[in-house]
Order: sequence, then structure tokens, then C-alpha cells
Amino acid sequence: MTTAPAAAPVARRRQTPLQRVQNVLHSRPAISPAVLLILTLVVFSLINPRFMSAPSMSTLVQQTVVVACLAVGQTLIILTAGIDLSVGAVAIMAMMFSASLASNHGVPALLALLIGLLVGTAAGAVNGLLVTRVNLPPFIVTLGTLSIFTAITLLYTKGQSVQGGNLPALLNWTGHSFSIGSFRITTGVFVVAAVYLAVGFALSQTAWGRHVYAVGDDPESARLSGIASKRVLLSVYVVAGLIYGIAAWVLIGRSGAASPNAIANANLESITAVVIGGTSLFGGRGGVLGTLLGALIVQSFSIGLSIAGVDQQYRLLAVGVLVIVAVSVDQWIRSVKA
Amino acid sequence: MTTTADLGKHPADTTTPVLRARGLVKTFGRVVGLDGVDLDLYPGEVLAVIGDNGAGKSTLIKCLSGALVPDSGTLELEGRAVSFKRPQDARDAGIETVYQTLAVIPALDIASNLYLAREERRTGPLGSVLRMLDKKGMRDRAGSAMQDLGIQTVQNMQQAVETLSGGQRQAVAVARAAAFGSKVVILDEPTAALGVKESNQVLALIESLREKGLPVILISHNMPHVWQVADRIHIQRLAGRAGVITPQSHTMNDGVAIMTGAMTLEESEHGVHLTDKGEVTT
Amino acid sequence: MYSPFTSPSARKRVAALGATAVVLSVGLAACGSSDSGSTGSDSVGVALITKDSTNPFFVAMQEGAKADASKNNVDLTIAAGAKDGDEDGQIKAIEDAVARGDKGILITPNGPGVNPAIKQARDAGLYVIALDTPPDPPDTVDITFATDNFLAGQLIGEWTKAQLGGEPATIALLDLFNDKIVSVDYNRDQGFLTGMGIDTGDPQVNGDEAPSGSYDGGDYSIVCNEPTDGAEDGGRTGMENCLTKNDNINVVYTINEPSAVGAYNALKAAGKESGVLIVSVDGGCAGVQSVADGVIGATSQQYPLKMATLGMEAIAKIARGGDKPASSDGLDFFNTGVALVTDKPADGVESIDTTKGGELCWGTK
Repeated sequence: MTTAPAAAPVARRRQTPLQRVQNVLHSRPAISPAVLLILTLVVFSLINPRFMSAPSMSTLVQQTVVVACLAVGQTLIILTAGIDLSVGAVAIMAMMFSASLASNHGVPALLALLIGLLVGTAAGAVNGLLVTRVNLPPFIVTLGTLSIFTAITLLYTKGQSVQGGNLPALLNWTGHSFSIGSFRITTGVFVVAAVYLAVGFALSQTAWGRHVYAVGDDPESARLSGIASKRVLLSVYVVAGLIYGIAAWVLIGRSGAASPNAIANANLESITAVVIGGTSLFGGRGGVLGTLLGALIVQSFSIGLSIAGVDQQYRLLAVGVLVIVAVSVDQWIRSVKA
Repeated sequence: MTTTADLGKHPADTTTPVLRARGLVKTFGRVVGLDGVDLDLYPGEVLAVIGDNGAGKSTLIKCLSGALVPDSGTLELEGRAVSFKRPQDARDAGIETVYQTLAVIPALDIASNLYLAREERRTGPLGSVLRMLDKKGMRDRAGSAMQDLGIQTVQNMQQAVETLSGGQRQAVAVARAAAFGSKVVILDEPTAALGVKESNQVLALIESLREKGLPVILISHNMPHVWQVADRIHIQRLAGRAGVITPQSHTMNDGVAIMTGAMTLEESEHGVHLTDKGEVTT
Repeated sequence: MYSPFTSPSARKRVAALGATAVVLSVGLAACGSSDSGSTGSDSVGVALITKDSTNPFFVAMQEGAKADASKNNVDLTIAAGAKDGDEDGQIKAIEDAVARGDKGILITPNGPGVNPAIKQARDAGLYVIALDTPPDPPDTVDITFATDNFLAGQLIGEWTKAQLGGEPATIALLDLFNDKIVSVDYNRDQGFLTGMGIDTGDPQVNGDEAPSGSYDGGDYSIVCNEPTDGAEDGGRTGMENCLTKNDNINVVYTINEPSAVGAYNALKAAGKESGVLIVSVDGGCAGVQSVADGVIGATSQQYPLKMATLGMEAIAKIARGGDKPASSDGLDFFNTGVALVTDKPADGVESIDTTKGGELCWGTK
């Protein structure tokens, strides 16, 4: 145990430069993925200057939006030391309900959109109730609901997509693109940016946000301290479900259609973004800024390798290596000594 | 010679106890944690609770703090009947507890921990509409609370609790209870993991709470500390209360003897004592 | 993490939930999966096991089989893997068919992992027909009824060649997967390139062609091979990646029509869609509509319903003592046919227009 001189603050041990870096990164966890992103952008631009062009960067942002949005919900759940394997299934279910109601059943556009969001929120609530009332581990719950929601979508749509032309303008609105200078952006990008701002604000500036971190870091201590842990946990799943519904809306704009076969790898991609972004799978540490950077890093790799002419299979390899490297760096940061 | 009847009472025995528990029962499946335990806490006193491992000390105070709900029994706070279904209920009633595990969140900083579940929002629409926290205000107030309590070892309210040493974390947990406790402060083994210097700081803190008029319930297995600071000592044995003694009426050895069952309270009253060597004398 | 099973009441709750789940799934399985045409004493039991039940292609196959089951007095059971690639689910379905006493199995195999189960079924006397995708090796099953995916690719390749009329071709190849290698992926891609007259290197490997050279009539350069997972969002992302490498692409090969729609949207967003030849394979009704709308230039239409019904008829026939079917000439499978659907016919390439294609198409009309 360290002992302090009589009335002085805690004695400072001399730190090596590496330890100093480690401490800085520990207190500001988003720095690590930010540096990694900058490195990625620089390296790929050196390999092929086309990478840094406005069209290329516009593409990068547009390609990232859907996973980035899903990953916000995943971040919240992973912050509570849980995990959500039903991410993609919830989004697809919300999307197909909206699309089918609007195109096949003549439901007015706004109502169809709201119903889709409601479906996503309700799905999140189902996950949350199974975790908090029946006390099942989130991995198991979402493994089960993944199949259940997929089956529901399937039974409802019989595998059929709805083309964008058959959808009302409101549902396609997130795909509407326009230029800012030489950059092309879609309204979907703004929607997702708004989600990031809202959730980021809630996590860092409100009591709810602190309670989310507390419940994730040490649920029993949180409970003893007076936090209604179960209620906080349930709210996290419900909010995540709503976010998946919003992502579904952005997906329609991006795809130009509502297809049950879209975003086949959403689950793994959202988890990858969160993990590379520095949020700990053990809960209580991290945040949405890191997740955004994580999503951008993965997509930069994809475009960068594509422009560099690297084979498809090697891209897969690269993302795998990236995850391991990012998590190892994160572990090292965590091992800061008191 | 003091009798049992005398020992159970505060010198001004017409005073209403701040906290009065009667017949608390708590079982866990087949294990009986508490078998009809009574407890009294009088204003301005430090009541120590001692007992062997498994005697029910932690269970007892968890029933007082809302962390556990007793199966049966009554609880009165300042003469009014109360029932705590969860920790927040006890906190709302003014009872603050520092658990053995400290119940602090390592990832959050000191100010956040101090204000956990009672965070303060900013004034105006930022606070009421956006529900934005008054982080700077909480940091400042946390800092002054720590200073008022004479805690020197922690200076920076923005330090994450996980970077603190065991003693510093204890200080944060005790400061939280002391700053917000308005009726009762309960401390479960506050000096167990501390060195000599830090233990003395905690004991000094307990005494300053008493001076402020805040009664303290203290669980400890450190007999010297108990005899140093307690006014009365509740002895917990085998899920029941074996007796209540004072540091003046009994020696440490007597206390331990009653705690382990080597001697009963009655025997101690009839002049039976244990010497340092553990021999029975009269 | 929350730990389950900590208290007796939690244990009871979980047990209750588990029991409910078991009862529910048994009940659902019992009433959900089998769909019989008729259950007369001379009806023939046939199992149709598709890769998954979400891909409209397989849904169409299932619907077509259900509709025709009664015509052949077939007692049809439909099953599928949980998703494309799920071999275990199919193995279980094969074993169920054997246990049920079915006379034959129609299967679109999810991978070589199902081969041992197929062998066991054949040893037990069932006639096994692979649909759409020949297994690896092809003689794992008794026969395959499939689209000639290589021919499908060739048709759109030849059409593209004719439409180019000697102009230089800047080609984007939008394939299916990058994390698995399946025959439909390389057959269509390599068929397309062969139809164009481009040397494909190893015909079972995508992406090993020379990046530039000549096709039949002019010069070509291949800009990219991108995976799309066969959906619109993947098509869009793949096309965008190609455009970042070279934004003057005038030929886009796509693995299927949803990815073609995504590719078109990417081109349109970049303002580069005019004059681009987008070709595809599948011929679902939505895809034929895309051709009619001018989004896709030409698509090779295949006939999944035909595969399923022909397969069912064959098994019924064998069970009643008839002859076994034989492979088409020069192929190691029975060709269920493919036709080029386009409104811009090219010389030397037979095709049907979108009206006819719309009559023959599969999926919701």
C-alpha cells in the first residue's frame, strides 16, 4: 500500500514516457481509435492519392452510416456489460414492417415510419425484459431473439423485398443526396449524426448516462448506491431498439429498397465498430465517439484496400487483424497502475 | 454492579432511540441469517456491532440499509415505523451506509461517486429540459465536503476511483456516507483493509460524526478500534443478539468471550471475567 | 455481468421458460414444416430442403413445389437451413426425411458438409436430387437439376459484347461473397467474361484475370472485383468502391438483380449512370421489372420452380417404377434452362423481351 507524507497529496512515482502515454489514453479513451483512424487515412492516401479525394471521402461516410447507427445501440448495451446479437434482425424487422405497410397496405408514410420505429423499440423492450425480469444473460437472450425476429420478418414478408420506387418519399428520404462543396452527403448522414449527438450528450451530461456506466462497471455497487439497476438496464435495451429502427430508415435510403437480405453481417460489424472504438466488453468504459471512429476505421480499411487493388479475401484478413490489434492496444491502456 | 437491565439503556433512558429494530428475521433458503434480532441506536452515540464470522452482522445492517428486506420484524426510525424495500428508500430516509465492498464505481471519478444516484442538475432549462448535470458544481461541493471531513489524502475530485489506493477509496466511501447521512451512518468494517495511519483517520472521522450529533453503527472485528471509539457494543452471535455491553463495563477479552460463546452475558455480570490468559476468575 | 441461476426462484423461472420453449417449438415444428399435397396410401413422400427460407429464389422454389405437390400425389415436406451456409440445419432435415420414410430428397446444398448425410440417405434407398447448385463432388447426389450458371453468365457476356460494338470496355465485376467460395459465384462471373471473349485463367477462381487486354472486338480493363452479399446495400457499396478506383466504368456485371439495383443507385448518385451496361442473372419478377425500367440492360432468367417441380415429378416417377432421369448432353447435370431477358436484343444472341420474361418470372408478380 502506498504511504503518503503527512499533509502532501499522493506521492508521484516517476513515470516513463510510455507510462505517461498510457495514462493519457486511459483518461481519454477515444484518442486511441482517433490516432488509428488518422494513421489509416494517411497510409492509404500514400498508397493511392485517390483515397483522399472528396468523392472517396464522401463514399466513406455514406458507406459507414448504417453500421455506425446500429453501433450506437450496440455501444449502449456493451457499456452495460451485455451484448446484442439481434441487432441486424431488429433493424430488418422494423424496416420490412414500415416498407410493407406503406407499399402493400396503403398505410400513410409517416404512420408507417412510426410503426417501424415502434417495432424496433418493442423488440428492444423484449430483449430488455428477458434480461432484467427473467435474468437471462444478454448473449443468450439476443441469440434467441435473433432467430425469433428473423422468423417473424420472414413469415411477414415471405422473403420479398420492396423496391424504392414502390415506397413513399418519406421512407426514401434518408437516401436523398446533395452537395456541400465538393462533398456529397445524404440526409441519412445527418440523421445518424443527430443520433450520435443525442446519445453522446445523454451518456456524458445526464444522470442516466452515469447510471449506465455504473451499472456496467459494477452492477451490485450501483444497486447498493441506490441506482435502480434493472430499470436502467431495461431503458438501455429499449433505447437501443429505437436506434435500430432509425438505422433501418437510413438503410432504406442507402439501399434504394427494403430487402430482408440486407446488412447480412450487421451483428459482427456493429460489435467490431464498438470494440475497435475502445468500449470494453466488460462494461463501464467507452462511449459513442470511439464507436464512430471504429466504424470509420473499418470502412476506411475496406475502401483503402479496394483502391490499392488488394484481393477481396485479404480485406477479410485485414479486418480480423485490425480487431485483434485494436483490442490489444485497448487492454494495454486499461492496465494502467494506480 | 451493573445489571443487564442497566446495560441495555442509555444513561438518559427516556430518550427515544433513533433506530429501533425488533424481531428481525432473515433466512436464505435453509440458512438462518437473523433469528429475531433486536437493535437500538440512541442519538449521538457510536454503536459497535461485533460478532464472529457468520454471526449475522452484515445481514443485520443490510436489513437496516434496505439492501435486504427482512422476512419479518419491525423497524422504527425516530419513533415512526418504516420499511425499506431497496437501498434508495433507506437513503431517502437519511440512513447512509458504507458496505464492506465500499459500493463505489471504479470507472467513475470521485465527484461522480459521491453524488451517485443523487446527481444535481444545472439550473434553468439546461437542467430541467435537457437534464444536464452540474458537473462543476458537484466537483466543487465534493471537494469541500472532503475537506470539511478532514480528508487530506484525496485532492483531485476528477480522479477515477480505480486509480486510488484502498485507503483512499475507503475515505471516499465514508465521505459519501458522512456528507449525505442525516439520521444514521452505518459503516461495515471500515478499517479492515487499512494501515495504522489510515485507520486512525477513519476513527477520527467517526468521532467527528458523533460530535456533529450523527449516530453511527460500526461493524468491526478490530477490538482495539471498537473499544477506542464505541459508546455501546452490540454483540451478535449465531443469528441473534447475545447482549449489549460498554467499553467501561467489560474488557475486550470479555467481549470476545461472549461473542464466541465462551461466556454468557449473565456470567459476565455475576463477576465472571476472563484474564488475559483466558482463565476464568471472579 | 448479471449471473443467472443465483436464487431458487430464478431457477424456477428459467425452468418454466425452458419448458415453455420446448413445448412451443415442438408444437410449431409439428404444425409448421410439413405441407402435404395429399396423404393417400399411394402418395410419395418427398422432402425439399433449400439453403434458407429468406432468399426469394428459395421461397419461390418452395411455393412452386407446394403448388404442384398434389398434381403428382406427393406428400411434400419443406425444410431449410437457418441461413445460407447452414449445413447442420440441412443435415438434420435429411435425417428427418430418412426417418419419415420419404422416397426422395430435393436439396440445394449449403456446402460439402452435408455430403455424408446425403450418402446415408442414398444408402437408405432415397433418391437424392440437387437443385440449382451441384454439390462438390457432383456425384454425391443421384442427379442435379440446375441452371447452367456458366451459360447464364455467357449469355449476358455475349449480349454485352454485341452492345459494345468494339468500344473499349471498362468493367466492374460485382460478385457474391468474399468469405466463401461457391460455384454460382465463379460460374456466373467467369461465364460472363468468357461470353465477352476474355481469358479467365482458372474458371473456378474469380479475380485471376489480366487486368487489361482484349475482348472479342476491342480492349477491356477490369477495374474491380467486389463482394455484395447479393443484396442492394452490398451492390451499392461494391459499386462505390469500384467508382473510387475508376469513375468511367461502362460495363457492370452483377451476381443478381438486387445487387444490380444497388449498383445502379450508386452510379446514379455519382451522376454516372448514363451509357452504362448493367447485366445480371436470376430473372425474378422484380428483376425483370428492373430490365423493363431500364435499370438493368439484360438479365439471364432461370427457373427455380421448374427445378423443384421437375425434381418432384422425377422422384414420384421413380417411386412408381419409372425410369431415372439423365443428365443433359455435355453437362453433368440436368439443365432446367436459362433465357436472356432484354428489351434491346443483340444480334447473334437469342433473347426474350420483358413481357415474356414477366410471364415466366418467379417471385411475386
